[in-house]
Amino acid sequence: MLSNVISSQMDVHRRFGGVVPEVASRRHVERITDIIQEALDQADVTLDDLSAVAVTQGPGLVGALLIGVSAAKALSFSRGLPLVGVHHIAGHIYAAHLVKPLKFPLVALVVSGGHTELIYMPEHNRFERLGRTRDDAAGEAFDKVARVLGLPYPGGPEIDRLAQKASPVIDYPRAWLEPDSLDFSFSGLKSAVINDLHNRKQRGESWEPAEIAASFQASVVEVLVEKAMRAVKKTGVSHLVLAGGVSANQGLRQALTARCEQEGIEIYIPPLQLCTDNAAMIAAAGTYKYLEGRFSGFDMNAEPNMPLVE
Amino acid sequence: MITLAIDTSTLVLGVAVLDEERVLGEVTTNLKKNHSVRLMPTVVSLLQELDLSPADIGQVAVAAGPGSYTGVRIGFTTAKTLTWSRNIPMLSVSSLAVLAMNGIRFPGKVVPMFDARRNRAYTGCFRAKNGRMEAVIPERVGSVDRWLKELRGEGPLLFLGDDVARFRDSIVQTLGNQAHFGLPGENIPRASHLAWLAYRMYKEDPRSVIQAAPNYLQMTEAEAKWLKANGVNKDGSSAH
Ligand SMILES: [Zn+2]
Repeated sequence: MLSNVISSQMDVHRRFGGVVPEVASRRHVERITDIIQEALDQADVTLDDLSAVAVTQGPGLVGALLIGVSAAKALSFSRGLPLVGVHHIAGHIYAAHLVKPLKFPLVALVVSGGHTELIYMPEHNRFERLGRTRDDAAGEAFDKVARVLGLPYPGGPEIDRLAQKASPVIDYPRAWLEPDSLDFSFSGLKSAVINDLHNRKQRGESWEPAEIAASFQASVVEVLVEKAMRAVKKTGVSHLVLAGGVSANQGLRQALTARCEQEGIEIYIPPLQLCTDNAAMIAAAGTYKYLEGRFSGFDMNAEPNMPLVE
Repeated sequence: MITLAIDTSTLVLGVAVLDEERVLGEVTTNLKKNHSVRLMPTVVSLLQELDLSPADIGQVAVAAGPGSYTGVRIGFTTAKTLTWSRNIPMLSVSSLAVLAMNGIRFPGKVVPMFDARRNRAYTGCFRAKNGRMEAVIPERVGSVDRWLKELRGEGPLLFLGDDVARFRDSIVQTLGNQAHFGLPGENIPRASHLAWLAYRMYKEDPRSVIQAAPNYLQMTEAEAKWLKANGVNKDGSSAH
């Protein structure tokens, strides 16, 4: 990895309490070429050194995706470079590859504000979905609980920080679903926390935010770790990738690492700056599509609901 | 010098190629189809047809809005990336001014309109000056009824744009025989006009600046609400 420039809009969106798609799209147009230039400069390469252009094709906010897709197409055309459309989740999984080459077959647990998925990869570029969330993504549950606790946006890291300061004394529910299911569900847990706080308020009881955070996080982490282990056993793999924005969560990292050590599973966790959305991971995933000669045409569209499995 | 022009700010997809002041080729469609899918293939096939490669393009002109936010961004991002990656000038022209060019021979003033929903329009009032269209009443987005009242007394007016049909009854009601309407071919913006305007701009000042962002003519709803809630007027002054 030669460079990985991220132009975060967090400061712009914080005052709105969440990402506003129109604001995000406008900002992307303003920044796009400056950011590409910065990435080239930091890598100390020029456009002549490039072999291909990879871009997130989906899923995501359509207006934001369109900026990347339009820019990538224009760059591909103007410099005669192959164009490679990449799935956002594939990118997250390949973030781990930038640190340590992936070994196959593997299982990936992808957890972010938009996704909670278990993916099986028999080899490069091949994805099979083993399970996914049936309602809220784990990151979404984190954000909602954080809001109820009055924590600033984005709430995930705040909960994680608070959770380190207390023990999980409240027994919030874990949604295991059917015995053999590798799907997830976090809306029940989210409601349980919200109801618990509501009831305490009604009774005039106070609460310790760190205890709420620790208990909520323990419930999420236990389900994530347990289901990841079930997926590993079901597929018989010995490599597990943890990816996505929520993989920055210290509680989750520690629990999953400890469990993998116990079970003799090799775990791949990208460093924090590669867990959140970034372009290096898209380049990594794009490289393997490029090597297979799977290029996109100029009629490629942004796919807000792009399926991972083609 | 080859100018490539791109306009995706409305339903119309326009791509034109000019060699100085000569139109070499122009593609215009007026379809409810995805600009994102069709823009780049249209550019590629037109250039191929003309035996031109990306390296032959001397500058890129883009319609900078107002119009469909998404459409404007697709054209703008494409033009911005093309020019940045080849280190050539990018010139942007108001999408309303491009449409107004269709009425440059009209002896009165020209009023281009794009529907902005809820009986609002992106519009402005233009007059021919030195061979191009100059805004005599600044571009704006707002209530069509209020706009038409404001236009009373401006003399003969030529209304241009496919969306004008939606407001035709109110226009005639408010302005009577002062209102004139465009022919079908005059109601859609021409990328060749855009290219030519950009070429003229370049001739006048070759040190043209690459503009960072399109002109949406209005801030996002989220920002407007936030400013209102925080007691700041749109121009940054305090509301209290
Ligand atoms: Zn992501």
